[in-house]
Amino acid sequence: MTNYRVIFDITRTHLQSRLKQTSVAALGVTFGIGTFIIMMGFMTGLNGLLDGLVLNRTPHIHIYNEIKPTEEQPIELDEVYSNDLNIVRSVKPKESLVRIHNALPLISELKQDKRVKGVTAQATARVFYVAGSIELNGVINGIDVMEEVKLFNFGDYIVKGEGENLLKRNNGILLGAGIAKKMSISVGDKINVSTANGGVFPLKVVGIYQSGLAEVDNIQSFVSLKTAQQLLGEGSNYISDINVKLYDMALAPSMSKELSKNFDLTAIDIQTANAQFDTGTSIRNLITYAVSITLLIVAGFGIYNILNMLIYEKMNDIAILKATGFSGSDVKKVFISQAVIIGFLGGLLGLLIGFIGSVLIDNAPFETEALPTIKTYPINYNPLFYIVGITFAMISTFLAGYLPARKAEKIDPVEIIRGQ
Amino acid sequence: MKVLETKKINKHFRNPVDFHVLKDITFSIDEGEFVSIMGKSGCGKSTLLYILSTMDTDYSGELHLAGELVTGRPHEELAVIRNEHIGFVFQFHYLLPEFTVLDNVMLPARKLGKKSYKEIRQDAYDKLELLGIQEQADKKASMLSGGQKQRVSIARALINDPAIIMGDEPTGNLDTKNSENVFNIFKDLSTKQNLSLLIVTHDQDFADKTDRIIVMEDGNIIS
Repeated sequence: MTNYRVIFDITRTHLQSRLKQTSVAALGVTFGIGTFIIMMGFMTGLNGLLDGLVLNRTPHIHIYNEIKPTEEQPIELDEVYSNDLNIVRSVKPKESLVRIHNALPLISELKQDKRVKGVTAQATARVFYVAGSIELNGVINGIDVMEEVKLFNFGDYIVKGEGENLLKRNNGILLGAGIAKKMSISVGDKINVSTANGGVFPLKVVGIYQSGLAEVDNIQSFVSLKTAQQLLGEGSNYISDINVKLYDMALAPSMSKELSKNFDLTAIDIQTANAQFDTGTSIRNLITYAVSITLLIVAGFGIYNILNMLIYEKMNDIAILKATGFSGSDVKKVFISQAVIIGFLGGLLGLLIGFIGSVLIDNAPFETEALPTIKTYPINYNPLFYIVGITFAMISTFLAGYLPARKAEKIDPVEIIRGQ
Repeated sequence: MKVLETKKINKHFRNPVDFHVLKDITFSIDEGEFVSIMGKSGCGKSTLLYILSTMDTDYSGELHLAGELVTGRPHEELAVIRNEHIGFVFQFHYLLPEFTVLDNVMLPARKLGKKSYKEIRQDAYDKLELLGIQEQADKKASMLSGGQKQRVSIARALINDPAIIMGDEPTGNLDTKNSENVFNIFKDLSTKQNLSLLIVTHDQDFADKTDRIIVMEDGNIIS
């Protein structure tokens, strides 16, 4: 029985005749939504950046041999002493190989696992970087550079030169930025590396590696897997670490348990290794949502106030509409639709402003030593934020409009008409 | 045929103290009859009018409009009945100030929704023409003089061809000339279109010219 065109015409006339108030109310929503979009984009962009810094290059499962004491000492295996309290003092770690036993078959088995996106093998060598009489302590990882680039965004951290050159030259090295600076050498220069066995190897710098973490950059360099094996004086089956990347990161904890049990190796999953990052991310998200929702609630109160005032101003109109046959619910619809239109227009404008603000921030220069690959501030343009934003704008304005509109619905026209 | 009929209508105001405003009001209005209600301030004549208009539902007794019992119907239905069968003219003109004159006149018909926008527009023009203010059609309602506004509200009251027009001192705020005008319009409607009218008034001259005067005192009809 409702003729929506009439309702809409009344709504439109009310809004148009109070353009200034309408605009102020809509701008409240615009401000709230715009800030929401910018904050969410910026915050989650930053989260992504920080997480990426660690998570992208962290394997989902890291497999290695940990040096640790045997959990069961021989005496505990002997039945004779099984009822006694055995105390072994000064337990030493078990002598075991750093290399992973049967690494190559393990890698090929992992590669066939359906959960696994990719596997990389590494060989770690402890070395000294030799510069004249000075020896700098360091670690060289032998890697399969193309796989590392593919799986762990390794390429992002090569600031000079090319990672591929590791493959072209047998003695190429990607030198850590901190070491390069200390020794004042750059791409194309030679560097001598002495190993724990006492051998000295001349290597040629084909690139500079910078992770952004000074402790890492001061000691860490990369060579090809084969070169590392030569540095160590080991054969091609010498592999000290296996890094696994999964399709679904959530599977890492269960799979790491399975691996360490089946192969008698240490397997650490990313969640265990980086628990603090998850916490940081979720708390930052929480703060962002809390601030944005507060802004929208404030905007909602603005709309509530303006509609309340409008209804007092429009008492006569409401009375006359009711006297001429408009029902209470028609009147309610008039005011709710005003609120929703304010919310929708304000919200759309807010999305636009949020988007423009995001683009501006996205293009603002942001250069820092610590993050070599970052040139501008990070922004996340996730469409979900825009959907959440406009939905929240509509819901909050609907609620803000609903209470005054109900009041309008309940107004007794007789009281107004007689009151004159 | 009786357009409006009441049976033993009683009403109390309960705030601040119980006050019996209307006592056993029973009367009726025939089709085409032009009736005025007179009485001193506070005798309950406006209260009666608002009960008859279906806007006030807090009473006991029975109210029949166009042969149907309307007492006890839900608010939504009453709104429809008002929309279709009752035209209102108030002392204060009660136009929607931001709408044009034509829009004001059209609103009740658009709410009724029985005709197309074009037909309603034509009807509204016709009504304005009938009242001699068609040239004001596109002005904002707030731009009109008092007499013009009252004629616009009469046009609005007529737009859905109601069974009865009710007025609460429609000439109370007008000068003699405009009052005369409004009376003549009402008289014309009553005689030419056979429309029933029920007008509450303080104006003795106005009342004297109507078909029947209902005089009220202390909540009773005394003649």
